[in-house]
Amino acid sequence: MTTIFTGADDLPSSGLGASGTLARRERRWGLLFVTPWLLGLLFFFIIPLSASLAMSFTDFELVDQDGKGTSFVGLDNWQRIFEDPDVSNGLWVTFKFALMFLPVSTLLPLGAAYLLTSKHLWGRSFFRVLFYLPSMVPLVAAMIIWRFYLNAESGWLARMLGRSGIGSPDFLGDPNWVLPSLILIGTWGIGNGIIIFIAALNGVPKELYEAAEIDGASRWNKFRDVTWPMISPITFYNLIITLVGLGQYFLVPFILNGVEGRPQGASRFYTMVFFQETFSFFQAGYGTALAWAMFIVVFFLTVLLFWSAKFWVHYEFEER
Amino acid sequence: MAVMPMRQKKTPPSLLTAKEPKGSFGDLDLPTKRFLAKSTVTLFALMIVLAYLLPLGFMTVTALKSEAQISNQAILPRSPTTITVEGEELEIFEVPFDDGSTQTLALLRPGRESSVFVNPADPDVEIEWTGRWRTLERGLVLDPEYGNFADAWGALDFVLAVRNTGLIAGLGMAGTVIASTLVAYGLSRFRMPAKKLILGSLVATIILPGFVTLVPTYALFLQIGWVGTWLPLIVPSFFGNAYNVFLLRQFFLTIPRDLDEAASIDGASPLTTLITIILPQAKGAVLAVSLFHFFFAWNDFLSPLIYLAGKQDLQPISVKLYEFLGLYDTAIPLVQAGAMLSMSIPILVFLFLQKIFLGGIDLSGSLK
Repeated sequence: MTTIFTGADDLPSSGLGASGTLARRERRWGLLFVTPWLLGLLFFFIIPLSASLAMSFTDFELVDQDGKGTSFVGLDNWQRIFEDPDVSNGLWVTFKFALMFLPVSTLLPLGAAYLLTSKHLWGRSFFRVLFYLPSMVPLVAAMIIWRFYLNAESGWLARMLGRSGIGSPDFLGDPNWVLPSLILIGTWGIGNGIIIFIAALNGVPKELYEAAEIDGASRWNKFRDVTWPMISPITFYNLIITLVGLGQYFLVPFILNGVEGRPQGASRFYTMVFFQETFSFFQAGYGTALAWAMFIVVFFLTVLLFWSAKFWVHYEFEER
Repeated sequence: MAVMPMRQKKTPPSLLTAKEPKGSFGDLDLPTKRFLAKSTVTLFALMIVLAYLLPLGFMTVTALKSEAQISNQAILPRSPTTITVEGEELEIFEVPFDDGSTQTLALLRPGRESSVFVNPADPDVEIEWTGRWRTLERGLVLDPEYGNFADAWGALDFVLAVRNTGLIAGLGMAGTVIASTLVAYGLSRFRMPAKKLILGSLVATIILPGFVTLVPTYALFLQIGWVGTWLPLIVPSFFGNAYNVFLLRQFFLTIPRDLDEAASIDGASPLTTLITIILPQAKGAVLAVSLFHFFFAWNDFLSPLIYLAGKQDLQPISVKLYEFLGLYDTAIPLVQAGAMLSMSIPILVFLFLQKIFLGGIDLSGSLK
């Protein structure tokens, strides 16, 4: 397996020769083929990214409301971030949700993958399809289902809890229950995680388990000393993808509870503050500052995660 | 399952099973034990998957209910029922008897303290029952309301929605397959300057939150008059996408170079080699990328919501469904039928092509 993060450039030459005009020709062809990407990078990433940073220092409005045009306002927008109570609430909501969701997004797919690779399971590929199925339900349709499934009166979950005598909260309408409910809904999105964990578990060489068994390793020892290190690159990849996803988590609470994050802002994530400022109030200058601030935080956390990798991610068994 | 205690150090695995301590399973022979283990694990998986998919069951059942059936407490779409005996319509009740049994009977002559029932299967025999008939539960029969689907079909403007989604998905699919293939080919077969930087830039775009670039991109599309058209949803695909490029590159790297080297010695241009040698061997990966884009486009909600606001004729199914939910918020069966309709196409495509699709995710997972 190649690790893209090291970007190993060890490809043999394509037979065109490595020197002189042939090498130049190869370079020219190569660059020609990657041109679409370079243009896309320029138009959809580098220019918008720079423009967005520049806008964050202005009072640019998506639709000019005050008729004054756009002017430079220095660090006003950035300062406002630190004083805006919506922002601190949004960050707190996002943080609480992330704290709950990160373990769920790792352990559930891993547990499911364990089950789906068990040699004791009949119809493994059948179950694999069923476990993946919810991930294929289009987002808006899934939200329609969950919204009524979690209804406090007629929803099935509330009725089951009611019948068992526990009584049921108003899942999406109770400030204390809305985030756990969103986690529950999030379990429908772990399909990709399951599939890549299955591939990772299947990729652990059988000899390692056999060797561990000869040493009398228990099931837990085998997991801790063989499986976990061997799948750690996938766990790492999954964590990165989840972290990036958390930074952009928006649509589910937006569709279910609106941009104001009902009830009482308990599901008003940071991204919703950005969205409302930009697309409802047209305060794009402030909006871009909010987006950039989020980008900086996510970037910092990603770097932190990459740094942490050397303590727990094992690449040494990797085969090229 | 419980963690097994450490025991019998340095014992070969074959002996482990032989020396299993006599316990609940100790007396059973190996095939029986294996059967029990398999049934237990499979049953466990079945229970988990049932709980996991229960909301889909809720949707299906609810989509088949009428407005009246929503308020009765039955899980399935059931309605009170009647039969016609000698030209008279009789209501059906669940009638309890002293011996604890309950019979489903038709009410012939209601009375205050006792009533006369008949057996629907044998209406000639009259049965006298003591008690107040008004306290009895109405007999319910399965009575699914298929009309919800027709209503949702119309309210969603389903044909137009599918046409729009299909065109957006198809054009974008063509774009991303062409561009991602070219880029992946370039990155898998050619030496070039700054290749590490290019690969790194692909990773960077995966990590970059989309909201950071959204405002300038929107402002640009607004400026050049693309807002209110499909172009903002389609054109970016023609520049490739990091996931697809990595997936295809990964696959191209596994294709032996012998053939394309032979072709290039024969004077074939690199483009010809890509089309005649590489692509035929990479059909599965290309199909996986196409599927990824198809599902992505079917699912995509925020971009069409922003770029096609108010353009009813151009909106894809995701936006139509969202607005449909806003309009018919209280008509629960109708919105469930709409959700079911809108997922039917991607779910069917997935079920038919799941091997290719899940194989593609395997491949993308191996990229790390």
